[in-house]
Amino acid sequence: MAAAPESDLDIRYVADLARITLTDEEADTLGGQLEKIISYVKQLEALDVSGIEPTAHATPLFDIVREDTVKPSIGVDATLANAPQKTTDQFLVTKVVE
Amino acid sequence: MSSLTLADAQEQLRSGSLTPRALTESIIAAIEAGDGKIRGYNSFDAEAALAAADTADVSLPLGGLPIAIKDIINVKGEALTCSSKILEGTFTSPYDATVIAKLRAAGAIPLGRTNMDEFAMGSSTENSALGTTKNPWDTSRIPGGSSGGSAAVVSADLALAALGTDTGGSIRQPAALCGCVGLKPTYGRVSRYGAVAFASSLDQIGPMTKTVRDSAMLLNAISGHDAMDSTSLDEAVPDFTAALGKEIKGMKIGLPKEYFIDGIDPEVRAATEAAVKQLESLGAEPVEISLPHTEYATATYYVIATAEASSNLARFEGVRYGHRADAPKDLSDHYMRTRAEGFGAEVKRRILLGTYVLSSGYYDAYYIRAQKVRTLIRQDFSEAFQKVDAILSPTSPVPAFGIGERCDDPLQMYLADIFTIATNLAGICGISVPCGFTKEPKLPIGLQILAPSMQEERLISIADAYEQSTPWHKERPC
Repeated sequence: MAAAPESDLDIRYVADLARITLTDEEADTLGGQLEKIISYVKQLEALDVSGIEPTAHATPLFDIVREDTVKPSIGVDATLANAPQKTTDQFLVTKVVE
Repeated sequence: MSSLTLADAQEQLRSGSLTPRALTESIIAAIEAGDGKIRGYNSFDAEAALAAADTADVSLPLGGLPIAIKDIINVKGEALTCSSKILEGTFTSPYDATVIAKLRAAGAIPLGRTNMDEFAMGSSTENSALGTTKNPWDTSRIPGGSSGGSAAVVSADLALAALGTDTGGSIRQPAALCGCVGLKPTYGRVSRYGAVAFASSLDQIGPMTKTVRDSAMLLNAISGHDAMDSTSLDEAVPDFTAALGKEIKGMKIGLPKEYFIDGIDPEVRAATEAAVKQLESLGAEPVEISLPHTEYATATYYVIATAEASSNLARFEGVRYGHRADAPKDLSDHYMRTRAEGFGAEVKRRILLGTYVLSSGYYDAYYIRAQKVRTLIRQDFSEAFQKVDAILSPTSPVPAFGIGERCDDPLQMYLADIFTIATNLAGICGISVPCGFTKEPKLPIGLQILAPSMQEERLISIADAYEQSTPWHKERPC
């Protein structure tokens, strides 16, 4: 397969946006693979899409609303059952403010 | 007994010659004896299944029939992994997905969680973080994916039937590669509530079975409007089994010229052409058609699906559930190491691609453009369905490939789905049925039939007529 053309992918910047730490090796491998995939995806530029409406999803449904009624929920214990860390009926989060 | 079809097992249960407990026990025994070789299951809860069997009402539509469930669908009280380290060992489902509630209401017994590509991202089940499922016809080969576990256990007679999910072919392609039937319903036909989301505008749950009849039976149970899924369609659910045994005389079957291309394995092409002849002998009329934007479907899919995935998988942040990194120094470190440690390579690749195409400066060029091309792909199908009743193609361009063969080249792996991907972009329904075998080694080949939105009955009529007039579905791997 031919060498992938240049793209302006900054793999470190994108990984930061996605909140995923990459090792140097991963940045190299994934970066190279993504360059190749992006150059493949660039074939979409060949199509004239002027005047074409985008399709967000395949069903003709819009603005589904329901009555704001009180219903039973699964409760505190079941909600917290899968939490990796919890304290006094709450999810324990890593400190957000200094 | 695990080799029975759903329909045959039901007949034996209702006649009293078989009890739900005996049936469930025999499937558990088959799993214990045979799954070491296939590795189709991530887990199974024998006790819960046997307890359900003891109270099963065989007069219900699926009364007393055990069904294997892809490990991406929540079954209350059971472990759910999505074949990912980020959930493995830490997550128990707090509620039933709507399809599970519906299966239970129909009398069925959820039994076993089947392996898959991590978060349904893949075409070979090699992206499972928990182990690779083997193709029952040749255990050196992949079963397809992402619902590879479901396909393999149905084909290897370690289950009567299973549920899978299909975002770009993940029901149909493994069904083709393992020699079973896989049906992807119309988007919105089956509620997605309780299925872990990969690409929400494309995902759909569907049956994977030994026969078309069994798919119709399962589809009857899981279809229907659900207020818990805002994309669920409020349409009446017909009795899909009423579409079995119908004449298909005069039906126009479209053969898209863009789907019969170089690069299709010669034996797959020959089997597909023979299937066309067979349908012709049943009175169907083949018509050449064009789906002009086919070559853009894979690129469109990998922009839209990864964009949606990057957003959906943001929920794995190590606070409410799942893996959490040890002793993070701050919140950013918490997120970044939790996700780096929890996700496998393909999931990272897709989250990164999705993040890139949605990022500032690229959103219009990639994401909005792909959504516009999606409109063109949908239009291709609406125009084609003006001329024909259904569309026919191979399900996969190649039979099952060797384990490890395509792992180093993700783009090559993505191209495994070229015939199935456009279906999800258009939101229409499709089915894969066995249509022959390669010679050496003997590997199953699948025939794909596509129909317009909400026309699953037509799919079932054509697939059933084909299946019942051919011997392929009767063959089992030894």
